[in-house]
Amino acid sequence: MFQIRVHGRGGQGVVTAAEMLSIAAFLEKKHAQAFPSFGSERMGAPVMAFCRISNKEIRLREPVLEPNALIIQDRTVIESSNAFQGVVENGFVLVNSSVEISNPVKNVNIKCIDATGIALEHVGRPIPNAVLLGSFAALTKIIKIDSVIEAIKTKFSGSIAEKNIKAAQIAYEETLKGI
Amino acid sequence: MLYQLEGSQAIAKAVALCRPKVICAYPITPQTHILEGVGELVRNRELSDCEFINVESEMAALSVAIGAQATGVRSYTATSSQGLLYMIEAVYNASGLELPIVMTLGNRAIGSPINIWNDHSDAMSVRDAGWIMLFAETNQEALDLHIQAFKIAEKVKCPVMVCVDGFILTHAYDRVDIPPQGEVDEFLPSYVPHVSLDVDNPIAIGAMVSPEYFMEVRYLAHRRQTDSLEIIQCVGEMFQQKFGRDSGGLVRRYCVDGAETIIVTLGSVAGTIKDAVDELNLDGQSFGVISIVSYRPFPAEIIMNSLKNARKVIVVEKALAPGVGGILSQEIELALKNTKVEIVSVIAGLGGRSITKLMLKECFLMKDHARTTFLGLKEDIIAREYTPMKCCGCEGST
Repeated sequence: MFQIRVHGRGGQGVVTAAEMLSIAAFLEKKHAQAFPSFGSERMGAPVMAFCRISNKEIRLREPVLEPNALIIQDRTVIESSNAFQGVVENGFVLVNSSVEISNPVKNVNIKCIDATGIALEHVGRPIPNAVLLGSFAALTKIIKIDSVIEAIKTKFSGSIAEKNIKAAQIAYEETLKGI
Repeated sequence: MLYQLEGSQAIAKAVALCRPKVICAYPITPQTHILEGVGELVRNRELSDCEFINVESEMAALSVAIGAQATGVRSYTATSSQGLLYMIEAVYNASGLELPIVMTLGNRAIGSPINIWNDHSDAMSVRDAGWIMLFAETNQEALDLHIQAFKIAEKVKCPVMVCVDGFILTHAYDRVDIPPQGEVDEFLPSYVPHVSLDVDNPIAIGAMVSPEYFMEVRYLAHRRQTDSLEIIQCVGEMFQQKFGRDSGGLVRRYCVDGAETIIVTLGSVAGTIKDAVDELNLDGQSFGVISIVSYRPFPAEIIMNSLKNARKVIVVEKALAPGVGGILSQEIELALKNTKVEIVSVIAGLGGRSITKLMLKECFLMKDHARTTFLGLKEDIIAREYTPMKCCGCEGST
C-alpha cells in the first residue's frame, strides 16, 4: 500500500488534490481511498488530506501516519503542522516552493517546485494542486500523467480544466528533467 | 459499473435508484453532501418524478416526509447529530404511524461542547424510537444498504435509518459498484402503500389511543421489529443473489470460528479492526470480529451463538452513557447472560478522535482489561481537570 499525505491551507485545493489522486489510481484499476482531515474548512487554515493506493481492497480508516509521500502545497505550514512527521525512509517529499528548503529529514527524496508560479502563469489563479499532481506523477511514478489528466477532467471543466492540464504537464516535464 | 466517488455521492445515487417521490431534508454537517447530491439528481432529472422540498428545519424535514409517505409515496430524508435531536418527536411519530420512510444518519457527536466529528451518540439517542437501524461498514455497503432499506421498510411497515459514519465514510472517496436502474427496479418494485391519505376517501391515522389499547399497539411494534430479523436476513440474501455482493444481513463475521477473543463493533471502524486482527493472528494470536449490521432489531440470538464459545469479548463502541459506560456492551452482556464469557467495553473515537490500528492492537493484547477502557484517554488532562468531589456535610463532621 502506498500512502500519501497532503498539507496546505484551506482554499488551495488540498482535499481535491487527494481526491484527484484517488481517481487517477482508480483509473489504473487500483483500489484507492481519499479523505480529508475533517472539519476546519476555513480559508487559510492549515488543512490535511490523505490518499491510500493499493492493489487490494483498503479497509484501514485511520489517518495516514507513515506516508510514503508528502505533498506540501504551502511551505508555511511545515512547522505548525509538523508536516514531515512519520514520513518513511526513502519516501518522497514534494514541496510547493520557489526556493530550495533545507531537508529536515534524512533519507527522503525531496523536490521543490514553484507550483504557485506555474499555476499563476498558466491557470491565472494561485491554486497549486493540479500542478503538484503532475510533478507527483514524475517524482513517484506511482500514477501515470495520463491518469492525472483524466482525474483533473473529473474535477474541472472547460478552459479551467485545459489550463490545469497544461500546467500539470509542464510540472511533470520539469520534474522529470530534475530527476 | 465501478466508480470512484465520495461516500455521500454514492449514497445520493443509491437513493435516486430507489425512485423516491419526495425528498426533504435540512442541511447539517456531515450530512450536507448527501443532500446536495440528491438535490442535484432531482434538478438534472436523473431522478425524475420526484419533488425536492426545501424546509426550514429538521423537525419540518421529517414531518414533511411523514406527510408525503402517508399519502402513499416513497419518501426519503437525511440528518446528523443535533438535527436528529431537533426532529425527535417526528422520529417517534414515523415509527408509531408505521410509515416506511428511509433516513440516512451521517453519524456525528452531540454537543455540548459542540463537535461536528464522528461518533455514534446521535444513533444511540434514538435506539428505542422504534426504527430499524442498520450500520454500514464501507461506502459500498452504505450504497447497498439504502437499496435494501426501502425494501425492508416497506415489507415491515417500519421506517429504516441507515447509519453511515460522518466524514470517515460520508467524505471519503472509495471505489463503489453502482447497479443499473433496471436491476434495482426488479429488486425494489414500485411502492404499494398499506395506508394512504386520500381526500376522496377520508380516513384518519395517528388518532389518540386510550389505555385500553395503547399497550397492544406498542406490543405489535415490538413484535414487528423482532419478526423483521428474519426479513432483514432474507433481503440481504436476495440482494446477494441479485447483485452478487454480500451486503446487509444481521451481523458480519470475520475469523470468528475458534477465536479466543472476539471484537464486537458497529460501523466503519470494523475495517481498521480487521486489519489489526489480521496482524495479531499472524503473530499467533486468536482474534475474530463481529460487526453488527442490524442494531435495531438487535440480533441477540445470532450474537449469542457467535460469541458463546469465546473466552473474552471486547466491545469497541463509539458512544457513552455517562454514569453507566458503553451502551452496545450492555446489550452484548444481556445477550450473553447465561454464558461465562468475559465482556469488556472499549470506548473509542468519541467526537472524531482517531482510532488507529496500533492503538487497537495494544488494547486488544492487554492481559487484564478494566470493565470500561477509554481508548487513548489523555490522563494528564484528566489529572489536571478532575478534583474528586466530597459531599459538603460529610467531611470532618462528628
